[in-house]
Amino acid sequence: MDILSTLWLRQIRRYTRSGSRILGTLGQPILMMLALGYGIGAIYKQAGAGDYMEFLVPGIVAQTVLLSGVFWGMIILQDKRFGFLSELLVAPISRTKILLGSASGGATISIIQGLLVFAVAGVLGFRPYDWLLVIPAFFVLAFMCLALAFMGAGIASMVDDFQGFQGINNLIVMPLFFLSSALYPLNNVPDFLRIISTLNPVSYMVDALRYLLINQTHFGFKLDVVVIAGTCVATMTFAINRFHRIQM
Amino acid sequence: MANTVISAKDVVKKFGDVTAVDGISFDVKKGEIFAFLGPNGAGKSTTIKMLTTMLRPTSGELELAGHDVTKERDSARKAFGIVFQDPSLDEELSAYENMELHAVLYGMSRSIRHKRIQELLELVELWGRKDSMIKTFSGGMRRRLEIARGLLHEPKILFLDEPTLGLDTQTRNLMWNYVKKLSDEKGMTIFFTTHYLDEAEAVAERIAIIDHGKIVARGTTPELCKQTGTKTLEDAYLKLTGSMTRDDDNTGNNNGLNFKTALRNTRLR
Repeated sequence: MDILSTLWLRQIRRYTRSGSRILGTLGQPILMMLALGYGIGAIYKQAGAGDYMEFLVPGIVAQTVLLSGVFWGMIILQDKRFGFLSELLVAPISRTKILLGSASGGATISIIQGLLVFAVAGVLGFRPYDWLLVIPAFFVLAFMCLALAFMGAGIASMVDDFQGFQGINNLIVMPLFFLSSALYPLNNVPDFLRIISTLNPVSYMVDALRYLLINQTHFGFKLDVVVIAGTCVATMTFAINRFHRIQM
Repeated sequence: MANTVISAKDVVKKFGDVTAVDGISFDVKKGEIFAFLGPNGAGKSTTIKMLTTMLRPTSGELELAGHDVTKERDSARKAFGIVFQDPSLDEELSAYENMELHAVLYGMSRSIRHKRIQELLELVELWGRKDSMIKTFSGGMRRRLEIARGLLHEPKILFLDEPTLGLDTQTRNLMWNYVKKLSDEKGMTIFFTTHYLDEAEAVAERIAIIDHGKIVARGTTPELCKQTGTKTLEDAYLKLTGSMTRDDDNTGNNNGLNFKTALRNTRLR
């Protein structure tokens, strides 16, 4: 326990000491909410589909934790490149512990980032329809963050340099966000897009948040929860497997 | 031998077609200062990586303080401390936090942690900078901190992989004096690699020279000179390994990066 909490604390310390990074990673979601929320919101309303900003906020939160999860998974890559991973790998502890400690730290940071975006959305006028449901929404967010932190850690274990990581980022993270239900409802999109989005776990994460915060759902909350839990287990297995294969 | 602390028997490491270490055997006794010398890419770092559980040998046996390195990995890990060739501190933590993290990783109890950290930081003259971030430290300060960290959990064996690279003379002297003291007073076994032969001559009690993955000579400095009919360790070394320079990249296993290149080239993965 001591080991896990110390590795966790290491991540949190690094996060709280990087003021510019905290603000930097919030810039994009705020921009998205302003530009898309207000820009597309006007047409959305004209089409009779309701309040787009309300619809968009859970999607932007998902985007934030997606980017943040991957970003903090990158700490493994930094450790690899800057040598600290050697120190961790020769210590008399299992690699699984190293991974769980670091990833839970990364997930905690993502949760904080997600909550910050919620706060900004609140300033822009976003209100959940039932304040009590904010509590289960928090747990959904926590599991999303954990799943995505594991994904980031697994990817970081596989690549050797930052350029490669950038490439994977563009190849995986961007599609996961754009080809999900984060930005648009899946009801009337063309079939190919609906099929891809239905296969994308991020869609279910956004959907669960939407159900709890604005009482809209596409897949049904039960299915959302099952998919999120399944994704969490899958990404954890992936991360542990990849992390064990690292050789220095 | 009950007195043997490090033992290697017919150790082989292959990366695909490349044989980095080709059947080496050696013993290091308790309290001994042992130098492992060889040109770039000769197999020094690969050997240290196998000894310190970072790489699995393809075949052969390695024991540290009586623990088989592959079968009783965690016991073997507790028995040694290491100063890596490349920097290995967390830049965004303070000196104290780096030490504390190490103490936790090695299961040191809360009650002795603080005292040991203070002792060692004072020893390497960094106690005054304990709360400074590592990114503000000079190369010499980082090295000193890494040495202090390697000693924190009171290991029986200390591995030093080119520990004096890039250090000034003052720091080098301080470091070697302290290393000698550890070996004399605490019976700590020191295993080090270096490219500075004067250092090896001055400090090491026994030396092994490795080239192309094989140990080509071993013994004390006078013994090596006698074997080769030379006067200094440097002459003996050059006679044994030739005076041609080596290219790290071609042999491809000198450090983590090159090793990965070797892996990729040989499609082991």
